[in-house]
Amino acid sequence: MNAARLLATWLLALACSVGTIVAAAPASAAPTAAALPPLSAADQQRADKLAHGLRCLVCQNQTLADSNAPLAHDMRNLIHAQLAEGRSDAQIMRFFEDRYGDFVRYDPPFKPATWLLWLGPFALLALGFWVLLRTLKRRSGARPPLTADERARAARFLDTGS
Amino acid sequence: MLRYLLPLGAFMAMAVFLAMGLSRDPRAVPSAMIDKPAPPIDLPLLQAPAQRLDVQSLRGQVWLLNVWASWCGPCRDELPVLRDVAQRHGIPLYGLNYKDKPEDARDWLARNGNPYVASASDTDGRVGIEYGVYGVPETFVIDGAGRIRYKQLGLITPDIWRTRIQPVIEALQ
Repeated sequence: MNAARLLATWLLALACSVGTIVAAAPASAAPTAAALPPLSAADQQRADKLAHGLRCLVCQNQTLADSNAPLAHDMRNLIHAQLAEGRSDAQIMRFFEDRYGDFVRYDPPFKPATWLLWLGPFALLALGFWVLLRTLKRRSGARPPLTADERARAARFLDTGS
Repeated sequence: MLRYLLPLGAFMAMAVFLAMGLSRDPRAVPSAMIDKPAPPIDLPLLQAPAQRLDVQSLRGQVWLLNVWASWCGPCRDELPVLRDVAQRHGIPLYGLNYKDKPEDARDWLARNGNPYVASASDTDGRVGIEYGVYGVPETFVIDGAGRIRYKQLGLITPDIWRTRIQPVIEALQ
């Protein structure tokens, strides 16, 4: 089971890296690309920005813009089509979030389920500072005060410099 | 004593979390579609292109939607389980033939056997995106009210069927 999963992951990585070759066949079978209306330069820029903010679900560490997976191709075409229909960036983001969840966003939203994700590093930093302060305080406070005898010896060392 | 137990405890906690992380499938993303109404399909049927698959007509019963393709290796591996589901358990099994050429898909069914009541041809994958599909095979459990109640990413093994899908279906029936 685990070996099969490992193999599958490995094959997937391979498919992603040689995506240009692999993607060519299934993508050309889909007739959507030819039917897309052209976008204005401004809309093309919006399309690029959206594609850079969305995750390819097949090659999960790539954005839609970077991925050659057939699904990424389809999703880019959908962004294109929806922009041509006059939809807003927020509406298009929403469309993909409704279907693929928060994970499709490269920049996860700030909400109760993601508080730990966003605040966790700061909480850990605060915890580190707390431990540091406590340790420093304990170290400085832990030294017992010098006795009169020790004080006299210290004074002698300091005077003679030996 | 505490100064040794505390780091040891912290290490153990980290080790447990890392071990849990390693045993999870990083590709499995929690589906955003759970408990949402199954999107309409309205696509031509693979083996009768003049007819269309109407999800609405399936209201009132629990049914399965299996996303498959002739180019998908694991899809063939899960066929015995699907056949068993359809025949022995009597659960209506429908197919969504995802980004496939209809003639290839029909050949594939003729060669491997057809466990589906019917399959819809989603040649451009548009309906697949409506269902949040990203890794074929995927299987959705849809309840009598037309809501998606469970999604299985990847192939269904007999073990997965018994431990994860069958309990969901039994709870719904």
